[in-house]
Amino acid sequence: MSDASLTFSDLTLGYGSHPAVHHLNGPVERGSLTAVVGPNGSGKSTLMKGIVGIVKPMAGAVKTAPGQRLAYLPQQSEIDRSFPARVLDLIGLGLWPKRGLLRRYDHRDRENLRDALDAVGLAGFEHRPIDTLSGGQLQRALFARVLVQKADLILLDEPFNAIDAKTTSDLIALIRHWHGERRTVLVVVHDFELVRDHFPQTLVLARRPIAWGRTQDVMQPDILARARRFDEAWHDDAPWCAADGPHAGHDHTGTASSPVPAAAQRSGSL
Amino acid sequence: MIDLLVSPFVEFAFMRRALLGVVLLSISSCPVGVFLMLRRMSLAGDAMAHAILPGAATGFLLFGLAIVPMTVGGLIAGVLVALGAGAVSRLTVQKEDASMAAFYLISLAVGVLIVSLRGSSVDLMHVLFGSVLALNDEALTLIAGISIATLAALLLLWRGLIAECLDPLFLRSVSGIGPLVHFVFLGLVVLNLVGGFQALGTLLSVGLMMLPAAAARFWTARVDTMCLLAIAIGIASSTAGLLLSYHFTLPSGPAIILSAGLVYFVSILFGGRGILRVLVTRHRHRTA
Repeated sequence: MSDASLTFSDLTLGYGSHPAVHHLNGPVERGSLTAVVGPNGSGKSTLMKGIVGIVKPMAGAVKTAPGQRLAYLPQQSEIDRSFPARVLDLIGLGLWPKRGLLRRYDHRDRENLRDALDAVGLAGFEHRPIDTLSGGQLQRALFARVLVQKADLILLDEPFNAIDAKTTSDLIALIRHWHGERRTVLVVVHDFELVRDHFPQTLVLARRPIAWGRTQDVMQPDILARARRFDEAWHDDAPWCAADGPHAGHDHTGTASSPVPAAAQRSGSL
Repeated sequence: MIDLLVSPFVEFAFMRRALLGVVLLSISSCPVGVFLMLRRMSLAGDAMAHAILPGAATGFLLFGLAIVPMTVGGLIAGVLVALGAGAVSRLTVQKEDASMAAFYLISLAVGVLIVSLRGSSVDLMHVLFGSVLALNDEALTLIAGISIATLAALLLLWRGLIAECLDPLFLRSVSGIGPLVHFVFLGLVVLNLVGGFQALGTLLSVGLMMLPAAAARFWTARVDTMCLLAIAIGIASSTAGLLLSYHFTLPSGPAIILSAGLVYFVSILFGGRGILRVLVTRHRHRTA
């Protein structure tokens, strides 16, 4: 347990009285690279926000190992692209954890920024206004900002949406590089091929955790089919959840520990 | 020519005081206006200006036409509205434009009601449009204090303000300072509107805040340059407005704001990012 970067204990996150992530248990090991997969509305982004602390738990908790720096790349960024900023200003925000509000940037910081742009293939873009970047270039710039943050725990929410193959493979290379540096990385991905090729660990989420473990064990047709069958809608007449029932946990054999009857799944009463 | 430009300020103390007042106001309220504009809150400044009215009116009702009570009253009303609107937008689904509109409209109605309880329409005009040519020592000291406090706060919070404008969600993921930055900034807006209202009135003080900022946007793509440019435009329009008002016996507040308005129109046409430049460069392009 001492080598856990993150520990979920009976974590339930949601909106109103409706859970979006339901009773998630288990540790994310330090230095692990995990893909989070699941259908739309299955709670993947909510889980990311819960780890960052933007969505507060309805029950349970996320414990982050002390002293860890966190970097988060949201699915829908709130970047104001009409703001008069250059690429350098945008990725310079990544220095916040190091420099905060008041400490000056020194020449090493500026070197860091340039190196980060180099690493994502945006050398020469330093002074480009951000409103002139393409979608792929902006995503590269945001990866550069994650680089600058030098975080121990990196959360990427659907980073490959609307990104071409070349950019995707460049960004995957960066993610694998982070993995090689023993940083903990969680990535929400929809492309199963990418997951099978590059991610050692996979968490299949469909509100409740369907399966969590080694990718080759988890990415099986029956498990994925179960995730697909999940009922996305909220039901106001769904019964209240008994807090201490048996729940799915972190199961390295690749299957969830509490199979739920299909009838219960249809009624949305998980 | 030089005589026309300089002699009014050399000859008359009230002109010098007016100039000092509006220059100090420009230095602090123009950069605040730049951030208001960049955060798409230009109209929020207008709303805040209306919101100040009941506070100023209460001061007026209790103490007559006196600077300090009216200022303190305006400050309290403005901060209440800013905090109320900000809290509603941060804690509920309603966005800040809607909550701000609701709060300022209520506040404005209260203000007009209070003024009508006691004042004549001349008094109301004074509250609404100010009197830059009648700034006394108290008013000037107040404006100077506001100016220094604003500059200090802007410099301290600069990086936070930029982050909060550019990528608020990112700021939330690395620091909890976002809400503080937002509320301090709204406080600065109120403070500068209250400072401006002695000179230009509650309605026009927002003009000195927004017009130079809106004009500066057409000339530069850097925030720091934009702030400096807005200050320069503010000072130039203030000076021009005072001179126009002196030579043509125009009311000074509108003369100042219209001068800034003229700079704004010129900027739309001739600015580096203005209409003419866009039309000209459309026909030429590089190979990469």
